Amino acid sequence: MNLPSLLFSGFLILTLVSALGVVLNRNAVNAAMCLLLCLVGVAGLFVALDAYLLAFLLLLVYAGAIVALFLFIVMLLDARGDARPSLHRLPLAARVVAGLLVLAGVASFLLRGRLPSPEVAALPAAGAALKPYAYQLFTTYLLPVQILGFLLLIAMIGVIVLSRKFVPIEEGS
Amino acid sequence: MIPASLHTYLVASVALFAIGLLGVLIRRNTLVVFMCLELMLVASTLALVAFSRFNGTLDGNVFVFFILTVAAAEVAVGLALIVALFRRRQTVQIDALNSLKN
Repeated sequence: MNLPSLLFSGFLILTLVSALGVVLNRNAVNAAMCLLLCLVGVAGLFVALDAYLLAFLLLLVYAGAIVALFLFIVMLLDARGDARPSLHRLPLAARVVAGLLVLAGVASFLLRGRLPSPEVAALPAAGAALKPYAYQLFTTYLLPVQILGFLLLIAMIGVIVLSRKFVPIEEGS
Repeated sequence: MIPASLHTYLVASVALFAIGLLGVLIRRNTLVVFMCLELMLVASTLALVAFSRFNGTLDGNVFVFFILTVAAAEVAVGLALIVALFRRRQTVQIDALNSLKN
């Protein structure tokens, strides 16, 4: 087993274990920390796929901004420890159907889901360099970039409107 | 070099998505449910990057770029909604937020 496979397995295990930590942790702060670890693991998997820019952006945007925002909100709301997560509140039919669906999906995926694995060494690592991204973003995907800019603006205005206190306007003033 | 096959990446992505879905189903704290939604989103981006790499194209990566941006906007708006809800109801537990029921 060489070093890349070892690193891949390590990051994969880190990702899955800390994702389980997000789900099973009773404390919201611990769950946010597990989310951080999970994102680090996914960034490692991105690096293993030669997507260096995306790994960097994932750490910067998700781990840097979003998890910090989650922590701020947890601190702000002073969220108490959750009740122990349990399956008892789900209706029995939902549990059975969900379990069977997951089982069928996993079984078919493992038994028959052999995708043709192409010879990767022959393929170009398109996401490894920065230049193709810039080229694509400013030619093919120029309109989506503009729309995303507007989306961010709209989200910013929406957050400002949502988070201010509504004071009823007094009559005659 | 790529240390794993496409199949491995897809299994990892599906496992991550399933864990996130499990969290959405069994957790009662709205904030944690929201974190689990983010997990599901990240799982989908992992599948996109894997497909893109194993096809030798860039389109999936650019799409993930857009998904990251939309996720940032989504988290900001969602957390603002949760804060507004907390101001109004003094709780973030899902069971208490049932005024649209019946």
